[in-house]
Amino acid sequence: MGKVTFIEHNGTAHEVELEYGQPLMQIAVDNMVPGIDADCGGECACGTCHVIVADEWIGKTGQAGDDEKQMLDMTPEKAPSSRLACQIVASEELDGLVVRLPEFQM
Amino acid sequence: MSTDNIVIVGGGQAGATLAQELRKLGFEGGLTIIGEEPQLPYRRPPLSKAYLAGEASEESLYVMKAPILEKNNISFRGGVRVTQIDRDNKTLTLDNGETLNWDKLALTTGGRARPLPVQGADAQNVFELRSVADVDAIRPHCQAGKRAVIIGGGFIGLEVAAVARKLGVEVSVLEGLPRVLARVTAPQVSEFFETVHRDAGVDLRTGAAVTAIEGNPVSHVVLESGEKLAADFVVVGIGLIPNTELASMAGLEVDNGIVVDAQARTSDPNVVAAGDCTNLPSAFYNRRIRLESVNNAMEQARTAAATLLGQDKTYDAVPWFWSDQYDLKLQMVGLSEGYDNTVLRGDPATRSFSLFYLKDGVVIAADAVSQPKDFMAAKKLVAARAAPDPEALGNPDQALADLIPA
Repeated sequence: MGKVTFIEHNGTAHEVELEYGQPLMQIAVDNMVPGIDADCGGECACGTCHVIVADEWIGKTGQAGDDEKQMLDMTPEKAPSSRLACQIVASEELDGLVVRLPEFQM
Repeated sequence: MSTDNIVIVGGGQAGATLAQELRKLGFEGGLTIIGEEPQLPYRRPPLSKAYLAGEASEESLYVMKAPILEKNNISFRGGVRVTQIDRDNKTLTLDNGETLNWDKLALTTGGRARPLPVQGADAQNVFELRSVADVDAIRPHCQAGKRAVIIGGGFIGLEVAAVARKLGVEVSVLEGLPRVLARVTAPQVSEFFETVHRDAGVDLRTGAAVTAIEGNPVSHVVLESGEKLAADFVVVGIGLIPNTELASMAGLEVDNGIVVDAQARTSDPNVVAAGDCTNLPSAFYNRRIRLESVNNAMEQARTAAATLLGQDKTYDAVPWFWSDQYDLKLQMVGLSEGYDNTVLRGDPATRSFSLFYLKDGVVIAADAVSQPKDFMAAKKLVAARAAPDPEALGNPDQALADLIPA
């Protein structure tokens, strides 16, 4: 098991265990990280688990898929490395991952 | 921070989210969830989708797995029913005779599947779909070549039809009304989904009233026309009845749901309620509504948690819903009831389009079929009560973002 750091909009960092095989959204919810609503439970249907992957990690998480991109397109806080956390599955490769949270979910 | 003892009656999504939110907000007192089902609180939307298809494990549905409950000091009592609530003495009684004390109470009792009111509906292979146990019972029947008759052309019926077809089941869908999804969408969208299902090989019949079910195990479903459809099993999805009996018995106000205010308080300030079981005021639509939606369950539960802790939070989100059928994702925002105009954006023949519902020129709701971008924009348009030029709204070359009032 590795580590992942969620950084809230106000700068508060939450370093939690990165449970391999779990969607990043679930890891945030399980650890009560504020700022991840995840209303649809991980179905890429609601767009409320927006995270901005730290630039140096986007090569490993990969870019958003087509549906995901469309969901994120309307978010004012969208960045080139924006993803929906429900679409990132934790793996050993992502040990040490850092993501930022937007001020508001959609 | 208060160290009251809070008991949550109902172990579904609303109950679990309420508990989670209480801890997130810093509540340190006793916290117990009582669930009628034996499973840990789980998410229901995948039941008629990935879970039925065998693509999701039961554990993957849990809102909080056991270690998370433990870590947050949330006690879960499963497989037990609350039989009575005593608001004067702040106790409740379980069906095993045990009595529990509470300082604050939350009712997240959800709903149950509406039973089919025809003879023979109690046959052993006539199923409803509301719980893990229901789907565990249905899945073994979903084998290639078997004949399923699905009664009800709503979300549950159509989602089950889509999964069953993928598994090779011969499927009939019987809808009593003249069109599927009649309660929630405009005729164009109903027609689109009827075509989609027929193209997938579903024998879909509208205006088809069922008068009896023959055999136990079932052999035939009898229609009003006298026609008999052979069936190896039947799935009934004809709506939900809110579980309000406990609240009624406790003397709380009930009217098509447990009556709550915008802070999720019932008629007793020490008792909140959230989810499918509530009748809530919608400032947005300026009327009382009852919503059957996971998004409502979660948002209202978060409000209820804040209220229990004496924080001032008002629930007034625009509701939204989604449904997966075959390769299509239907995402809906708002309540379309009362619309006087619709605007189509895109071509249904491409299996990707949106329909906007307007009332007095204002966008009150939208259905987006495999158009997530339109859906996200529609969320904003509806929330902003936007009144865009219908021609622009219907022009796929016109960016919706530019139609959202600043």
